[in-house]
Amino acid sequence: MIKASVTVMLKKAIFDPQGMAVKHGLDSIGFKNIDDVRVGRQIIIQIDSNDFGHAEEEVKEMCDKLLANPVVESWSHTLELMQ
Amino acid sequence: MKFGVLNFPGSNCAEDCFHVLDKVVNQPTRYFWHQETNTTDLDAIVVPGGFSYGDYLRPGAIARFAPAMDALKEFVEKGKLVIGICNGFQILTEAGLLPGSLIKNKSVKFLCQDQTIRVENAKTPFTQKFHKHELLMTPIAHNEGNYYIDDEGLAELEAHHQIIFRYASQDGTVDDSTNPNGSVSNIAGICNKSFNVLGMMPHPERNAESLLGNAQGIKVFESMILSFTNSGN
Repeated sequence: MIKASVTVMLKKAIFDPQGMAVKHGLDSIGFKNIDDVRVGRQIIIQIDSNDFGHAEEEVKEMCDKLLANPVVESWSHTLELMQ
Repeated sequence: MKFGVLNFPGSNCAEDCFHVLDKVVNQPTRYFWHQETNTTDLDAIVVPGGFSYGDYLRPGAIARFAPAMDALKEFVEKGKLVIGICNGFQILTEAGLLPGSLIKNKSVKFLCQDQTIRVENAKTPFTQKFHKHELLMTPIAHNEGNYYIDDEGLAELEAHHQIIFRYASQDGTVDDSTNPNGSVSNIAGICNKSFNVLGMMPHPERNAESLLGNAQGIKVFESMILSFTNSGN
């Protein structure tokens, strides 16, 4: 079994209103040195396979087709073998 | 003119649209279920607002893969009229039938208010009963209505006159102060290049009867009917 962790974020060029709200929240509880906050989404997928090459291709396809919207989002991922 | 109202699990404005089409503009209307694929009896399809599939992942992201969406794409390719309202607009962008995307409101608040919009292009099948720069007060109710498109995409929308509605003030000013949600260029509604698909965040079905305050929104549906009639049907 392979565990894929996919992180989806708004593209850097796009203003992230959630991140700004969290930044203000952190500021209000005393964290004054925060330069920027961005909020994204993490998706954990368990793939019933031990073939990393195949899992890599599948994750890419999942992201391109559904998990991320390429107009506004970018994504990254890691794969690890589950014990 | 026969209308279909596309109904997904979580669509919650389908009945409002049905009512307006059936009882206010008096057209034959039926629901078009998300598992359905036969559109042969329909002349136009409304993709209504709501929270299809709970808005999980992103609004419209999962709805896009329903069997009805393949049928909807073929329907669009035939040149028939499709209007997506609110969540319907989000679904149409996710499906690639309209450019750009709708992200969280800049204020991070759900906006539920009357909003003035300005007609930017009155020569479309959806707006021909309006005049250019006509103002209408139309309710908005959304969390992700912040229209985003990159500079190149915006230039293309402008060049082809695809921007149909912009958020404005009651005197017709369009600037940052009249932009409720952070949309690029105050965009409230756009068409595809063939002008047979309209997506808009405001709800014209909610101001289609004078009983509800004003009936300006009805002209969107009347325009569609006029376009159908004028095309020889």
